[in-house]
Amino acid sequence: MNRSYVDSRGRPLVAITGAGVVTSLGVGKKQNWERLVAGQSGIRPITRFPTDGLKTTIAGTVDDLGVEPYSAYELASTMAEIAAAEAVDQARIGGHRDFPGALIIATPPSELEWPQLRDIHNAGDPELSGYARLLAAARQGQFGALASHIRFAAIADRLMERFGTRGTPLTICTACASGSTTIQLGVEAIRYGKTDAALCVGTDATVHPEGLVRFSLLSALSTRNDPPQKASRPFCKSRDGFVMAEGAGALVLESYAAAKARGATILGIVRGCGEKADAYHRTRSHPDGRAMIGALRRTLADADTEPGEIDYVNAHGTSTPENDKMECFSLAAIFGERLPHVPISSNKSMVGHTLIAAGSVEAVFTVQTLQTGVIPPTINYDDPDPALAIDAVPNVSRTADVRVALSNSFGFGGQNVCVVFSRDLL
Amino acid sequence: MSDGSRRACITGIGLVSSLGEGIEAHWERLSNPLTATPEIDEKRFSPYPVHPLAPVAFAQQIPRTTDQRQMERWQRIGTYAAGLALADAGIAGDQELLDRTDLSIAAGNGERDITFDEQVLARSDRSAEFEAALNKQLMTGLRPTLYLGQLSNLLAANISIVHGATGASRTFKGEEMAGVSAVENATARIESGEADLVLVGGAFNAEREDILLACELEGSLYRNAPYKSVWERREHGGGAVLGSVGAFLVIESASHARARGRNPYAQIGAVRSDWTRRCPAEATAAMARIFEAFAIPPDSTLAVLSGASGIEPVTSEERAFIAQLRTSAIRPVVRAFGSVLGHAREAHFLAGVALATIAIAKGGFYPPFSPASPEDRDDVRPEHVLVTTLGSWRGEAAGILARAE
Repeated sequence: MNRSYVDSRGRPLVAITGAGVVTSLGVGKKQNWERLVAGQSGIRPITRFPTDGLKTTIAGTVDDLGVEPYSAYELASTMAEIAAAEAVDQARIGGHRDFPGALIIATPPSELEWPQLRDIHNAGDPELSGYARLLAAARQGQFGALASHIRFAAIADRLMERFGTRGTPLTICTACASGSTTIQLGVEAIRYGKTDAALCVGTDATVHPEGLVRFSLLSALSTRNDPPQKASRPFCKSRDGFVMAEGAGALVLESYAAAKARGATILGIVRGCGEKADAYHRTRSHPDGRAMIGALRRTLADADTEPGEIDYVNAHGTSTPENDKMECFSLAAIFGERLPHVPISSNKSMVGHTLIAAGSVEAVFTVQTLQTGVIPPTINYDDPDPALAIDAVPNVSRTADVRVALSNSFGFGGQNVCVVFSRDLL
Repeated sequence: MSDGSRRACITGIGLVSSLGEGIEAHWERLSNPLTATPEIDEKRFSPYPVHPLAPVAFAQQIPRTTDQRQMERWQRIGTYAAGLALADAGIAGDQELLDRTDLSIAAGNGERDITFDEQVLARSDRSAEFEAALNKQLMTGLRPTLYLGQLSNLLAANISIVHGATGASRTFKGEEMAGVSAVENATARIESGEADLVLVGGAFNAEREDILLACELEGSLYRNAPYKSVWERREHGGGAVLGSVGAFLVIESASHARARGRNPYAQIGAVRSDWTRRCPAEATAAMARIFEAFAIPPDSTLAVLSGASGIEPVTSEERAFIAQLRTSAIRPVVRAFGSVLGHAREAHFLAGVALATIAIAKGGFYPPFSPASPEDRDDVRPEHVLVTTLGSWRGEAAGILARAE
């Protein structure tokens, strides 16, 4: 192997050769990017179901893909397929239904939703009630099509059939760090020599009543419903929670050597990834930031990158009081006095929090920043939190020479995953 | 190539099931032909038999009631079994080791609030304004922390919180193959030198109506009393009998185990998997390919812990694979552990690996778990144990466990 195609530890370098994205801002990289750098918001009133009696009535839903009736399974699968197709097409890799590598996908919970439970219930014996009635109706066999909704492997299987990926697909969940975990697992598989290519996808489409209410009951959501576009305000003093959103992101990762050998256009490099679990609390990080800081340090070490080399941080930046405080605190521990001089922006100010898909969606946008030299802004940055002394790239996008970028993803359950991307081989 | 120091070894086991808890309880019960029989509750979820979890004092591993309260039962089962594995491996309470213990977990969703669901359903056919009424019921009736008991990765989170294991943390989903992926990923990371110490496991709570509903929607449950072993269900419509299981392993590099003076129970030779579309004979062919890659010498007697579930036609496909082994001059001594533990989905393969490891450590094997073919009375003192798991819907996998070198 060409020596320049391995990192300082002799591991294969990992290139990005394809990217695809769907969010509330639109379908595909072009549409998303135009709106993102223009500072537009995809957050709007929920029209999918009545919002009477809910504290939060807004979200970044994806409404125009013709998925009727809505279900999290159908919409998440459809978006994952669209994003993956864009990534695979751009990479020009493999043949039709013949992707020469692994599929690693992050998916939302696989569960029955209320309209489905109600349908099964209504088909059941009126003499029975509750789950006895549901089970008796299910025994009749007429609801077999719903099995896809409660099989955790179903979305992976659907993508595998469409793209012809090799081997056992991995379906993962590390909560809101999941998208980044797919990239991390893809990088590892390439480094270990198990595959030359990986299709890494994150998708989430859980804006349904119970999906919304369960975050609402955890006091995680913004209730600033009017106007919806102003609700997601990362790093602001008045931030009051995240805005649920839907989307999918996909990256084609390849060993740099394999990508070069086939003459692929290289969009960027994944220099390294790292993670560290937190043992403090189910929804909050340890106040000393040990796990976030640990994840950042491990990531920089894995990427063989000094903090001084980071030109831009694509923040997790959820707009919750807790996350933004702890994220800035942790970044301060890494950057020290340089912190106010590092551009740190949150895509979530515009697309909302795509949850399981966030790491994937934000990875695609980070690659676009590397390619175009444009940093998307943090919009709604009207009342900066004085405790968070960062350069949030306020409200308008900025041109900058971004060679190395850090993407952060932090999730419930103490999940902390970071990725370092670079424009070129360094 | 990995040298010997990077070999993935098993240095801790935490197993809890319908048969009891721990290595000794499972070995005593299952190595004796008189007691190698299942525990079955045929009444509680009739017409579905289940293997209920043996009584477990959760507080022994999860002392804080606030922690227990924020967990659903699958998380308690898993966190408990994880604690057993960490203690067995001599890691529990050792902050330095725990801080770099990685987690590789297999999980589905946690359970729903059955009582609440039934309340909502009771009103659903009367109310014309179901959707609007639903919002209010959800806002006032859902337990605020219920979602934390459901999220797939919150088993890993609870293990971090309760036991302090805070290295890397990955949760794999995908029914039976989740357990396979968890072991494969841990093994690959150890062999590559990226990890030294990984807590690998899964938990499954069979005693819940919502999981029975999920399985019944795909028609994968056995519901014909009386109870039959997995090999004897085909004539009765086939199907799985779910079993509550928590199965955890501490997997460690050979060099790391040696450096801290631990004698591994066994080592992981290899884990391989495939994902066919399940056209007839595809799963059998996939298993044959997987087995061939293990390069087991012909004319050898091979202990096999089969993960067969009783679900058809995949159980018949596995039977055909075993028949092929016989014709290739391997003498398989087959035991389907699903007949005694039940089918444990995400935790199933892990339970098989745990039982294989116990057998290797004890220098013996298990008596038949079924009176039916392909099980017979042959005995073997296993050098290797093959553990198979074919997913009820997707995935074909096997692992080979070997005496630690």
